[in-house]
Amino acid sequence: MNALLEMQGISKHFAGVRALSDVTFAVRPGEIHALVGENGAGKSTLMKVLSGVYPHGSYEGAIVFDGEERRFSDITDSEALGIIIIHQELALVPLLSIAENIFIANPPGRFGIIDRGAVHKRTKELLAKVGLDESPDTLVTNIGVGKQQLVEIAKALSKKVRLLILDEPTASLSEKDSAALLDLLLEFKAQGIASILISHKLNEVSKVADRITVLRDGRTVDTLDCHEGAVEEDRIISKMVDRDLEHRYPKREPKIGGPIFKVTNWSAYHPLHSDRQVIRNVDFEVRRGEIVGIAGLMGAGRTEFAMSIFGRSWGQKISGRAEMEGREVDLSTVRRAIDAGLAYVTEDRKQLGLLLAEDIRKNVTLANLPAVAPGRVIDDMKELRVASDYRARMRIRCHSVFQETGKLSGGNQQKVVLSKWLFTDPKVLILDEPTRGIDVGAKYEIYCIINELADAGKGVVVISSEMPELLGICDRICVMNEGAFVGEFPGAEASQEKIMRAIMRKGEQRPMEALA
Amino acid sequence: MSDTALKDKASHAGFLKNNLREYGMLISLFAIMIFFEVVTNGTLLRPLNLTNLVLQNSYIVIMALGMLLVIVTGHIDLSVGSVAGFIGAVAAVLMVKFDLHFIPATLICLALGGLIGAAQGYWVAYFKIPSFIVTLAGMLVFKGLALAILAGQSVGPFPPTFQKLSSGFIPELIPDAGNLYPTSLAIGAALALAMVWLNFRGRARQEAHHIHTEPYGFFLAKNALLFAVILYFAYLIASHRGLPNVLVIMTALIALYAFVTTRTTIGRQIYAVGGNEKAAKLSGIKTERLTFLTFVNMGVLAALAGLVFAARLNTATPKAGLGFELDVIAACFIGGASAYGGVGRVGGAVIGALIMGVMNNGMSILGIGIDYQQVIKGLVLLGAVCLDVYNQRRA
Repeated sequence: MNALLEMQGISKHFAGVRALSDVTFAVRPGEIHALVGENGAGKSTLMKVLSGVYPHGSYEGAIVFDGEERRFSDITDSEALGIIIIHQELALVPLLSIAENIFIANPPGRFGIIDRGAVHKRTKELLAKVGLDESPDTLVTNIGVGKQQLVEIAKALSKKVRLLILDEPTASLSEKDSAALLDLLLEFKAQGIASILISHKLNEVSKVADRITVLRDGRTVDTLDCHEGAVEEDRIISKMVDRDLEHRYPKREPKIGGPIFKVTNWSAYHPLHSDRQVIRNVDFEVRRGEIVGIAGLMGAGRTEFAMSIFGRSWGQKISGRAEMEGREVDLSTVRRAIDAGLAYVTEDRKQLGLLLAEDIRKNVTLANLPAVAPGRVIDDMKELRVASDYRARMRIRCHSVFQETGKLSGGNQQKVVLSKWLFTDPKVLILDEPTRGIDVGAKYEIYCIINELADAGKGVVVISSEMPELLGICDRICVMNEGAFVGEFPGAEASQEKIMRAIMRKGEQRPMEALA
Repeated sequence: MSDTALKDKASHAGFLKNNLREYGMLISLFAIMIFFEVVTNGTLLRPLNLTNLVLQNSYIVIMALGMLLVIVTGHIDLSVGSVAGFIGAVAAVLMVKFDLHFIPATLICLALGGLIGAAQGYWVAYFKIPSFIVTLAGMLVFKGLALAILAGQSVGPFPPTFQKLSSGFIPELIPDAGNLYPTSLAIGAALALAMVWLNFRGRARQEAHHIHTEPYGFFLAKNALLFAVILYFAYLIASHRGLPNVLVIMTALIALYAFVTTRTTIGRQIYAVGGNEKAAKLSGIKTERLTFLTFVNMGVLAALAGLVFAARLNTATPKAGLGFELDVIAACFIGGASAYGGVGRVGGAVIGALIMGVMNNGMSILGIGIDYQQVIKGLVLLGAVCLDVYNQRRA
């Protein structure tokens, strides 16, 4: 079978560092080819070579597309051939409409005057193709991330696409939106459009991919053909990390004590629409040494619930009673919440978690500066000791604690955020998507840290959109839907089906009281 | 992951290259001073001129300290020139028209400055109105108010005791020492010694904790140079009329703000707010209050600058303070502050202010007209920031 794309012996260096060495990668016409590997394995670099971000001459090797060797000098060259890349960070302008975004680069029209009618009509056609039921005039800022992803794809389709590259397209999508997106890829496949899917979510990969290429340390490890028998996830993982992960989730004997943190009748309203109740009179409880998972679809209100507890960081007209160790606590500001023993590790560590331009040391002590600053003057040597301790304890890989956090990998950044919160010595930690965008090896380390925290007698709440993760680490899983808990299962009894069923027929199961 | 090969580049040239950004501004300042010293045939560093240089730029330096904090939090204050002018006018009215003693008058003026800062900071911090707009409004309001309370006329002269703020010198303890003022020289020498001692102590502490320090030879050379330069300037100052009062105030303020920004929790939190306001807020930092306080602080310093300027001119004019904000903001950016917030150092802002001051002074001596002076200053500002951005990208 003739390949649509062949990348032969690609090598790429950055200032003496070898990012890719002799990578071979081929895509057949109309196939879905998944590209997997740990963060830093070279996936993005390879795609940048392919799309011309790194021009011909800056790498070694050859790119053959359609049987001809191609030498792209920038991204417009590759787009002209129908190679379209959709980056992980969406490149849409929020305050422009869907139609304006789709035709932002070359709108139909003459002499620089846009033919609005044509834009509208063609946008409608494209939106129909990707199955998005929105008006072309809707502003991008007013639709959710899942729909924005579809707009990006429609934008790609507005050009003549032959090879679609998706970099972590489902990283911030709910299960439902992810499924819809993967269906769309299968539909494209039927139309003969090939795609390259970069993803950390192996269940998705094995569902849709025809072939899977595994990269490790800038080399091609293997290309697995999914049509020659099922490819097990563990097999992919072991190829990715070069070690057998017998279990993806570390084992632990839970030692669960009495209740440590409890909220009753908690409600919150949308920050802009004061009549929209988002969190509906929720009761929730964590025990000492317990890991509680909160499952739910995107938009179920999980993050909103957590942030409304943590110093009223989300929403308005927040009411309800909160108790820490049996005593009522005031959580009305972030400072008070921290002082009460609460810590919230955000789902968006770059925007909400870290000072990316500052070093590890300053990030670690940020939430508890007084502890290294007697009399408000920072004892820099003490601060250094604290940061070094956490570096060793969390195994943060860096060349010193003076390294900028913006230059760390996702997993190490997450460890810095966790260090920051552990340094506040919390009694209860709420971890929101603690392993999002982190490679498999680092995920395992984060799970180990979570287990250690629970074993140290803290209450741990984990919010996650990856159900296998919740099933793997939680002692108890609460299911949230539309701002209320609609189901609860002990970890051992829970399953993906049960959780999904609870979401679908909301309200039939009795929430929290069952265990309390 | 980053490679460890970068870690150990102990060679002096390599070290200098890696730290060019930190020392670049200082080197530029020296280069500019030497350039003007040569082309003005030694006029620039004549004791009389040097003293004048300090007096001329003191109010810019004082305001740059406050502006740096405002810029670090990610804001800007366009009103400082007008506020300084307005406070000067208020001081003139209080002291000249109402014969108020200069101490209560000064205190009232500083408090009023703080109040003005609070009024502007309130809208910026709690109502989230862009600081550019709030302070643009403030600029118009206080320019107008200054005109109004002076009724369009100059008011002066100030009582002699108040004039001492700008035109006075510290008292000489050992009189009749010829042309030299030994007390001032001694203070300068003490300052030089103190700086070197602090550097050595810091290095010893770092080494005790096994932190990678700069090469020892470089460290010694740096301190020797620092010592020599401070002593030389102290000698120059001491051979005119001794230390100006305002230089003492300025040095104390610089030391205070350098300490606050680098060593205290409030300083750290200000940088955190500018670096990532949302993350800072979720870390329990009271971001609104800090933003508010930086504006209050700016108001007080603008008031102080206004008093210094009025005392120097010995009169309050409706035009006082015109365009100061531009020099002050330029000083911060030349000194390496980032327009996006979170980055900037007190030392940098002071050096930026001195670069602007030396250029003003040097070009005036050369007889370059005010027209081309502005063109050159504008180009230097652009050039300095471009160089900084270029260095950052390369790093």
